[in-house]
Amino acid sequence: MSLQEAAAAGAAAHAHEETVTGTGHAHPSDRSYVGIALILAVITAAEVASFYLEDELGSILIPALIVMMIVKFATVAGWFMHLRFDSNIFTRLFVSGIVLAAGVYLATLASFEFFSKDGVPGPARAVEEQSE
Amino acid sequence: MSTTAAPHVGHDEVVEPAPPHAAHHTSTGLSNEKLAMWVFLGSECLLFGALISTFLLYRNRPVLNGPSVAELYDIPFTSVSSFVLLMSSLTMVLALSATQRGDATRSRIWLLTTALLGSSFVAGQVYEFTTFVREGFGFTTNLQSSSFYVLTGFHGAHVTIGILILLSLVVMSVRGALPAARAETVEIAGLYWHFVDVVWIVIFTVVYLIR
Repeated sequence: MSLQEAAAAGAAAHAHEETVTGTGHAHPSDRSYVGIALILAVITAAEVASFYLEDELGSILIPALIVMMIVKFATVAGWFMHLRFDSNIFTRLFVSGIVLAAGVYLATLASFEFFSKDGVPGPARAVEEQSE
Repeated sequence: MSTTAAPHVGHDEVVEPAPPHAAHHTSTGLSNEKLAMWVFLGSECLLFGALISTFLLYRNRPVLNGPSVAELYDIPFTSVSSFVLLMSSLTMVLALSATQRGDATRSRIWLLTTALLGSSFVAGQVYEFTTFVREGFGFTTNLQSSSFYVLTGFHGAHVTIGILILLSLVVMSVRGALPAARAETVEIAGLYWHFVDVVWIVIFTVVYLIR
């Protein structure tokens, strides 16, 4: 058996533990993926539970939901999309899109007074008050 | 020493294992196809950002005609749909893992499972839309309904396209055109699928859970 053949056989036997991709980056094992999915399922359950505990959680509810959303997002992007293991260029491209979108649309929402007390834009509120 | 990789015998056929440390012959040393997919996904953030922002702008506006979407939400049902889509990300990554180690049979099983879970999600969305319309919340009922259907409909369309891509991969696999050496094709399709999942993670929280 040549060294090449031995390496190929070794890689096939090792495949359940760790998969090496064409770019030479090690990916998690199948067992790790299942573990990550379980964590995501638990967070989703916590999200839904917190929705029904609105009165108990009070002002913590929305920050808690946003934090859980960010954790789930980052976990899927990092582990399932392999951003943790791939080139940083991919991460930069994706994060650039997210930051650009967040910046542009937060500014848009702010300009429409979304973050005001009732979330109703000023001009629309004036029209509604007149109609009442 | 031979420079060609030795074939690995899978469950039902002979497949070529991926070269373990093959660098891409590009100026970046990275796969151009994968790079293009990430650029595409980055741009998709802007698309979905626009749709989510539009919905948020109209969500808190008083509804002049018809019911408000918040009155119609079926959170337990949508939670199950979200869970189904989340688990489809797991089956997708397991399909990639199987493809990378040259296990064509398991690759097909996981790809089909992913497509099935995606189809369940889309079916759930169709059911939700049908229920909402019966409750008098049509596409043109008010600004809130229009923005809601455009946002969730665009996402559903993305899932549907993803299902078609997955089924194409299954056909490729059956024809023997998806060996381990071409696992990157599955990886790129997986990136799209996972993106659809992360977008739903945001929609589920921002649109359904936060009021």
